[in-house]
Amino acid sequence: MEGTAVRGRLTWQVAVVDQVVDETPQVRTIHLKVPEWAGHRAGQHLDVRLTAEDGYRAERSYSIASAPGEPVAITVERLDDGEVSPYLTEELRAGDELELRGPIGGYFVWDAGDGGPLMLLAGGSGIVPLRSILRHRERIGSRVPARLLYSSRTLADVIYHSELSHYASGTEVIYTLTRQQPPGWTGHAGRVDAKLLGDVAWPAGTAPLAYVCGPTSFVETVATGLVGLGYPAGRVKTERFGATGGR
Amino acid sequence: MEALDGNAIGGLLLEVFGVEMTTATGTCDHCGATGVVAEFAVYRQAPGTVVRCPACEYVLMVFSQLHGRYCVDLGGLRTLAAAG
Repeated sequence: MEGTAVRGRLTWQVAVVDQVVDETPQVRTIHLKVPEWAGHRAGQHLDVRLTAEDGYRAERSYSIASAPGEPVAITVERLDDGEVSPYLTEELRAGDELELRGPIGGYFVWDAGDGGPLMLLAGGSGIVPLRSILRHRERIGSRVPARLLYSSRTLADVIYHSELSHYASGTEVIYTLTRQQPPGWTGHAGRVDAKLLGDVAWPAGTAPLAYVCGPTSFVETVATGLVGLGYPAGRVKTERFGATGGR
Repeated sequence: MEALDGNAIGGLLLEVFGVEMTTATGTCDHCGATGVVAEFAVYRQAPGTVVRCPACEYVLMVFSQLHGRYCVDLGGLRTLAAAG
């Protein structure tokens, strides 16, 4: 089924908002009912299109947060100077309609047959497609070991914090907080660098498969660091969200 | 200006080519580097989308849209092949 889901011309379709869930003060998950949805793979994204009354249109891409087989959900970070994200995170309500097309992308995806061990590295809202991968892994009962290194500004900015703490065995979550650490914090502090990667990443000899998603500078640093640790470039998949966290 | 990557234009490419293209392989006509489209450097600022070689920054593809029609320039690519 994989592979066929993304073939063919994409058409815009109307989805209905089923539920909105606040993840952090800046981030909201939007659960959608999409009647014509063809199904998606873990890691894919979709495009959202807003049309103003005067006909002006703005399009943005958002990673799909839900696992394959689950209803479509996207998780959106509000960018204060954004054209689209303030509407999605502040105005949109259950029952509202939203124009979208997807699923999109065949590169930054993980299918069960791809194996692992999985080394997932998220910067900020870069966690979203990786959460789809982790949920997919859980739902299919995969025994592929998974390790997530998740960089956030503060603990309050960690998206899906509760869920990430409750995965079954075989998934390990490691945090680093770049801006502020709460009292008694025992996780890592500061930006991801070569030393931290060396400490927490699966050794290259275990033939890991890496997925790196976040701001462009984060992705460049991490991808370069992993290759420096001996990861073949072809086993390091990257997705850049730009400087602002949106695409 | 910071670059995105080819993942960000998956929808645009699907619209233009009709098939999944982020896994396609392209060769830069300037430096000869070969890579997957998902790893190309993408600049989305208006008035169009510019795709550059991640190795030498040569312009590989340009997409612009006017009155609902796409104008597509693939002149910087020696080859472009969709994955089987």
